[in-house]
Amino acid sequence: MNEQQQTLWQFIQQQSGKLQEQTLQHIGLTFISLCIAVLVGLPLGILIVRRKRLAGLVLGIAGVLQTIPSIALLGFMIPLLGIGPKPAIVALLLYALLPIIRNTYTGILGVDPAVKEAALAMGMSKWQILFKVELPLAMPVIFAGIRTATVINVGVATLASLIAAGGLGEFIFGGISLNNTNMILAGAIPSALLAVIFDLLLSMVQKISFKKLKRVIYVFPILLIVLCLFYIVPAKSEGKLVAGFTPEFMGRQDGDLGLRSKYGLKIHTIVISDAVMYKAAFEKHLDVISGYSTDGRLKAYDLVVLDDDKHIFPPYYAAPIVRDDVLKKFPDLEPTLNLLADKINDSVMTVLNYRTDYLHQSPERVAKDFLVANKLWRPEKGGSDGIVRIGSKIFGEQYILANMYSMLIKGYTDHEVSTKTGLGGTKICFDALTNNQIDFYPEYTGTGLLAILQASPKTVNEVTVNRDSTYNYVQRQFESKYQIKWLKPIGFNNAYALMMRQQQARQLRIKTISNLKQFLDRK
Amino acid sequence: MIKVDNVSKHFGGVKAVDGVSFEVESQENLILLGTSGCGKTTTLKMINRLIEPASGSIYIDDKNIMDQKPEILRRGIGYVLQNNGLFPHYTVAQNIAVVPNLLKWDKQKTEKRTAELMEKLHLDASYLSVYPNELSGGQQQRIGLARALVSDPPVLLMDEPFGALDNVTRSKIHAEFKALDELKRKTIIMVTHDVQEAFELGDRICLMDKGKIIQSGTPAQLLFDPVNDFVKDFLKEQRLLLEFKTITVRSLWHLLPSDEEIKEVGSGILVNNKDNLWAVLERATFLKPKRLNMVDLENKEAKTVSFESLMAAFYQYKNHQAHE
Repeated sequence: MNEQQQTLWQFIQQQSGKLQEQTLQHIGLTFISLCIAVLVGLPLGILIVRRKRLAGLVLGIAGVLQTIPSIALLGFMIPLLGIGPKPAIVALLLYALLPIIRNTYTGILGVDPAVKEAALAMGMSKWQILFKVELPLAMPVIFAGIRTATVINVGVATLASLIAAGGLGEFIFGGISLNNTNMILAGAIPSALLAVIFDLLLSMVQKISFKKLKRVIYVFPILLIVLCLFYIVPAKSEGKLVAGFTPEFMGRQDGDLGLRSKYGLKIHTIVISDAVMYKAAFEKHLDVISGYSTDGRLKAYDLVVLDDDKHIFPPYYAAPIVRDDVLKKFPDLEPTLNLLADKINDSVMTVLNYRTDYLHQSPERVAKDFLVANKLWRPEKGGSDGIVRIGSKIFGEQYILANMYSMLIKGYTDHEVSTKTGLGGTKICFDALTNNQIDFYPEYTGTGLLAILQASPKTVNEVTVNRDSTYNYVQRQFESKYQIKWLKPIGFNNAYALMMRQQQARQLRIKTISNLKQFLDRK
Repeated sequence: MIKVDNVSKHFGGVKAVDGVSFEVESQENLILLGTSGCGKTTTLKMINRLIEPASGSIYIDDKNIMDQKPEILRRGIGYVLQNNGLFPHYTVAQNIAVVPNLLKWDKQKTEKRTAELMEKLHLDASYLSVYPNELSGGQQQRIGLARALVSDPPVLLMDEPFGALDNVTRSKIHAEFKALDELKRKTIIMVTHDVQEAFELGDRICLMDKGKIIQSGTPAQLLFDPVNDFVKDFLKEQRLLLEFKTITVRSLWHLLPSDEEIKEVGSGILVNNKDNLWAVLERATFLKPKRLNMVDLENKEAKTVSFESLMAAFYQYKNHQAHE
């Protein structure tokens, strides 16, 4: 165990402020959307009881909405509503609708017809029957629907962090990309607890007798509104710049933490998924983002990298990492993989990424074009001497590299290839490698140093002075700790970088991170 | 009081009610009798506009019911359902107070009237705070009746009000029903499929089949003067019982010997000439009297006859009715 390993409890204590904030955001998100869903769903449910012809249509639409995968629904929301709480609340609201509408409908239809007839025969009006007879008698069923909706919302709200709406998902997804189990649990356990607690509380409300229910009916909306207030919508402060950082960047020493400690940078920050961050910057929802220096979208969205004048971002040179036993099993693998060594520099990689990410060319085609141009490409030998399993993380550059390696192995050796691309984050990829589910994948020296080895700040300071010292350090440590070998670097440095829109950076005369800090302090 | 004039109702292509007309006098009990699907319930529900007639018109106190707002109309008509239709989320007191609240009575008036009805219906005041599901079927039905009576509406519509009760409870409630002075003042239309109930409670009976009224008249008219075989067959099974229940001592009075000599020694019972034969028979089988002391309080007459003479008079009366 190395010295930085800490227990979950220590992590929670250390991050208690953040945890509390995220929990309240999570509760707020859940209940704001629930509130609106009740306000929309209840009348809709009543309407379709009265107009049965609409019932099929309304329930059908709500049912279809329910089947859309949550992450896809969030994706649909971005072009319509941008990022932040608005699209998240709308998406959650849509998920909560079906159980509420359906249970209102079946609840009211389930009221004993004799009771309804009696109410009518005594001279009650339609509205009196609705409020005095139908709704009170359908209440247990309607409550069951609200209960289902609440639990669904607590779950789906974790995904809200991907579009900068906050909540406990920040810890969960940050933890996954940072290889930090404590962080994952610090988000996962409270969100699971929230679901269980809310379900219990609502089930208690559901069991309350009719007599007491009357009182509860007035308390419930008030409680709901109070819970909603937990969600203080992160307001964009006037005139200031807004930064959007990935959950991974937020938790890293060579990320947000370093920006604060070394540069003293104070900027209004929201957490956002890598997938939508660049576009959000382009569309001026964000001004400063944490990107990768070789990302193709840099070119596509006309963004410019701010110079890291205090060198807080360690070098991230890419190289394949392979388990030692694989190298022994396939002796010809190492020379084959090293064919790419020093072949791709930063600007080449950016162009390759641009072609996949922005021009939407397939990674396969981009990989083949590159190999052909560099006279590395050979036709497949069609051998069957064992299968080499290639892994890759879930972004374009890794797909291109995985494809290149696949073609090289097929062309130069007699092995077959299977690729497991799109392995979530560093943790998932590295665990797959150590657990013998893949044989190798391209990794970055900086990631190896910070996310996997979790080197102490002192070590990081010492070894990140240049490319070779970092490489040598991770190579030695990986060999002794994990029996994993770092092959020769491919050449490019896909480091973290802060970036802004070119036009805005020029306008504000910001070239370096220090410039950015000075600009922010002036305001 | 109530006039139903050539009323029809179709559900899809099916004629549920087909040109039905009848009139109900004030304070009369009219029974709509028939098998399931004969249109009797549909007819009843058209009177308080739970179902709107397709053609024809209905008048209450010479006012066309279609000229009134249905809510207002219904608040003036008591309604009792087979499955009582009590609100399960209301206490007994709240259930009874539904119509008074709609009529905006003050609380005291409602409470006073509720207490009065509870007493009349032999219900303990402690039931006021319980929920309907804590009561027996007979008690629930009484609460249903109290709810319909609370605002003292002149008209009461009853849809198989005792249909869900067991036989013992039903005959008990029948007796109470007949004794309740509140009901004597009401114009009542009751739907039932139970012939005995119809004969016991009805002043007049409309026998319905396939949406039409086959015969309407007093129980005696239906029994002794059926218009066709349908009516005869409908009453066949329980004919003797119905006859006993329909014929009173008064109607046999002129057939009873006024100077009969009874040699046997034994006890006697007193019989009012308003009693029906069934009531006399019930007591007679229990007490085995040797003489029946008949009195006619209105004409201040008295006759003492043997049981055999009474039966002889009954058969004579029947023969006479059949040949008339």
